[in-house]
Amino acid sequence: MPTVSMTVNGKAVSADVEARTLLVHYIRDHIGLTGTHVGCDTSQCGACVVHVNGKSVKSCSTLAVQAEGADVATIEGLANGEELHPMQAAFKENHGLQCGFCTPGMVMSAVDLANNMKNLDEATIREQLDGNICRCTGYHNIVKSIKDGAERMGG
Amino acid sequence: MSETGIGAAVRRKEDQRFLTGNGNYTDDINVFGQTYAAFVRSPHAHAKINGINTSAAAAADGVVAVLTGEELAADGVGPLICGWNIAGKNGVEAHNSPVHHALAMGKVNYVGDHVALVVAETQGQADSAAEMVEVDYEELPAVVGTGSALNHTTTIHEEAPANMCYDWEIGDSAATDAAFASAAHVTTVEVVNNRLIPNAMEPRACLAQYNQGTGDWTLHVTSQNPHVHRLVMSAFNGVAPEHKLRVIAPDVGGGFGSKIFIYAEEVVCTWATRKVGRPIKWTAKRSESFLSDAHGRDHVSKAELALDADGKFLALRVNTKANLGAYLSTFASAVPTYMYATLLAGTYTTPAIYCDVQGVFTNTAPVDAYRGAGRPEATYLLERTVETAAREMNIDPAEIRRRNFIQPDAFPYQTPVVHQYDIGDYGASLEKACEMADVGGFAARRSDSESRGKRRGLGYSSYIEACGIAPSAAVGALGGGVGLWESADIRFNATGSVTVMTGTHNHGQGHETAFAQVVSDKLGVPIENIEVVEGDTDKGPFGMGTYGSRSIAVGGSAIVKAADKIIEKGKKIAAHCLEAAEDDIEYDGGNFTVAGTDKVMNIAEIAFTAYVPHNYPEGVEPGLHEQAFYDPLNFSFPAGVHICEVEVDPTTGETEIVNYTAVDDFGTIINPMIVEGQVHGGIGQGVGQAMLEGANYDDNGQLVTGSYMDYTMPRADNLPNFNVGTTSTPSPLNPLGVKGAGEAGAIASPPAVINAITDACGGAMIDMPATQEKVWLACQAAE
Ligand code: FES
Ligand code: FES
Repeated sequence: MPTVSMTVNGKAVSADVEARTLLVHYIRDHIGLTGTHVGCDTSQCGACVVHVNGKSVKSCSTLAVQAEGADVATIEGLANGEELHPMQAAFKENHGLQCGFCTPGMVMSAVDLANNMKNLDEATIREQLDGNICRCTGYHNIVKSIKDGAERMGG
Repeated sequence: MSETGIGAAVRRKEDQRFLTGNGNYTDDINVFGQTYAAFVRSPHAHAKINGINTSAAAAADGVVAVLTGEELAADGVGPLICGWNIAGKNGVEAHNSPVHHALAMGKVNYVGDHVALVVAETQGQADSAAEMVEVDYEELPAVVGTGSALNHTTTIHEEAPANMCYDWEIGDSAATDAAFASAAHVTTVEVVNNRLIPNAMEPRACLAQYNQGTGDWTLHVTSQNPHVHRLVMSAFNGVAPEHKLRVIAPDVGGGFGSKIFIYAEEVVCTWATRKVGRPIKWTAKRSESFLSDAHGRDHVSKAELALDADGKFLALRVNTKANLGAYLSTFASAVPTYMYATLLAGTYTTPAIYCDVQGVFTNTAPVDAYRGAGRPEATYLLERTVETAAREMNIDPAEIRRRNFIQPDAFPYQTPVVHQYDIGDYGASLEKACEMADVGGFAARRSDSESRGKRRGLGYSSYIEACGIAPSAAVGALGGGVGLWESADIRFNATGSVTVMTGTHNHGQGHETAFAQVVSDKLGVPIENIEVVEGDTDKGPFGMGTYGSRSIAVGGSAIVKAADKIIEKGKKIAAHCLEAAEDDIEYDGGNFTVAGTDKVMNIAEIAFTAYVPHNYPEGVEPGLHEQAFYDPLNFSFPAGVHICEVEVDPTTGETEIVNYTAVDDFGTIINPMIVEGQVHGGIGQGVGQAMLEGANYDDNGQLVTGSYMDYTMPRADNLPNFNVGTTSTPSPLNPLGVKGAGEAGAIASPPAVINAITDACGGAMIDMPATQEKVWLACQAAE
């Protein structure tokens, strides 16, 4: 079994895993960070989105070995202690989550979106969000949250 | 109104953990020594099993056990049950109820049906070994179509001749026929209510553990009703005695009905954990969810509406074939009957109604309650029919509804189909919705669209639903096997903080916040000092769970009852401590005051006194901890009007919802932010049903929409922003005046959308989902 090492939320981690292990299972089952979720088996839902070297990635579509040496950020690493990241705070303020299952992926996608595009309008947010499925909110408040969060982030 | 009391848009207490990745869902939980389960599932829709050879799988790497239905039966584990008996026409007392083995016994009846369980050290090993189980199948013809199942030459279950589960009726057939005979106009509509797959984003999962030392089981499971799980698994499946089985439904990632039911997986894993002596975890892959979660809807109906010359409804006659799938799921039988046909009066005064329903078996996944459960089917049928009648008679669709609404002074209003509505003002919702949707400006917007080569349509939906399920005696009289009361337990701690436990379950609805608001409002305790606990049979009192928009109406009422008991006891303690007569103690917002004086004790002091009872009234028990069970007096009846406006490009069939307005009457609203969120989510699912979603089986019973590549989930760019408003006629029948808000959006929106699209495309019927192709074809036909 290969040993796979990387940095997760600023911490060096390492685990022996079967070569077929997906990054999402490495993070959940071997590193023990269960905030990243698995919502599908066809890379469609976005519940598993993390950042790899600063870019949002569906961690179910990457092998752990492909992230060898990478800098990975998960939802657990976003807040500053108990103080929420501006995007997290915007989701709370705008009721951008209900059951919370899609939320980590939504927030990680949203942060990447806000980092990459400025002056986000509603139509752009909706288009850019097509890799993330939410069954609870009808997206109305997610879109509102992302707009607000992006503004809080200075965009 | 206080900032955190009833009516305040309090930000949710539960959000911190979900936003930081600290939610605790079933698959997040791991225990020492855990093994992993994989289910061998039928690849055929209908087949005899001539033999199962497990030896290769059993010998594979890491495999702990391979178990089949024979072993399950040998250990006396009972079949899966349906808890609602439906009596049929002509005095038939019970529906046909084929045995539903948790693991197949000699036959499989749908693709995904459970054949064997493989338990292994890792998930990968379990999955690989599951592929090595050799099953000798002898294929049989598959019965698939809802409308044709009764005439199929193949019978799925011996116990159900002609694939009929029941032939049920409601209403007055003779009165209905008589009204038709005198009608000036009859509108006939044939509608299909498309089959849906619930798709809560968290797949179903369970983790079963058995402690040999104590003989206790612990089952973590994705459940909307952990006590019901425990009850059914002990009383009917017999996998563990009720008092030895702890069921925990931790954070649950959405349910929409699909996590009410007691499925094969949790029953089998709970049985197997003792047998193999190891904890067992099972988590559905999404492809398994598609195949084996209970599906929703799937009706084929014909409706006839008799009207007089002024467009007044005289009678409604409906026939529905309802697909129940291969077996009856836990509450399946009730959905197309008592949850459906009892709503066919809608918001109208239709004096005579008759409906008969044939529930049919097919070689497809079981069908059961999905958000709205029966009420979306009733609303779709009725509102499509009303809209069609308006078009045929050339009456404005808002006007025809106005002419037929039950008027505000007519309540309580007895419908011809069981329900007695308590209160409502349907006209108020209609007028408000028309104003918010700027119906007056529609004609101008339509000409503008037409000038750009587009078509524009406006669609109404006036809905009513029966929520707050339900008075136990009524449920029993209609064949239900359970009581549908709810419980609450309010426990003051000595320091004045409060733990509230209820039998409902939070899987997105915000109970931890909304229930805390109710308690804060009633007992004057700051909201941050109130903890709401649900989902663990070892912690809270027995409760019936969350579905049918019942949590606030029934669970919230139980909380109010328990709070009243706290206040009553507090008065005794205050009277003693303040040296006054109990009758002279006035209670308000957490303070117990001697009337006309400034002598006062806060509820926190009362709590401390109750736990340190040094100076204490004689005959009063120490402690401040009260419990209440609440059995509702009636259902509650949220209602409202949704208006959808679409623009269609006739050259491509592309449809855009340009405006969506919802006006709902939920009575008292505890947290408007949460309620709006519920409405948004419901509309999202309803628009999904209307335009995108549809579960399709081919003629061989293979599910062709078995992944997110084929089953179209609504995504952010498929939906608009929603324009949401309310009216309010508080329910007089529960202490909060609430009605429930969880399902309204999914009930109201499909007909609003289809009425709008058909309005844009020339009026002819378009079946859901109104895909681009169907809309394009309709536009071509209209031109
Ligand atoms: S789990 Fe990765 S996209 Fe669904
Ligand atoms: S909040 Fe439940 S899936 Fe998005």
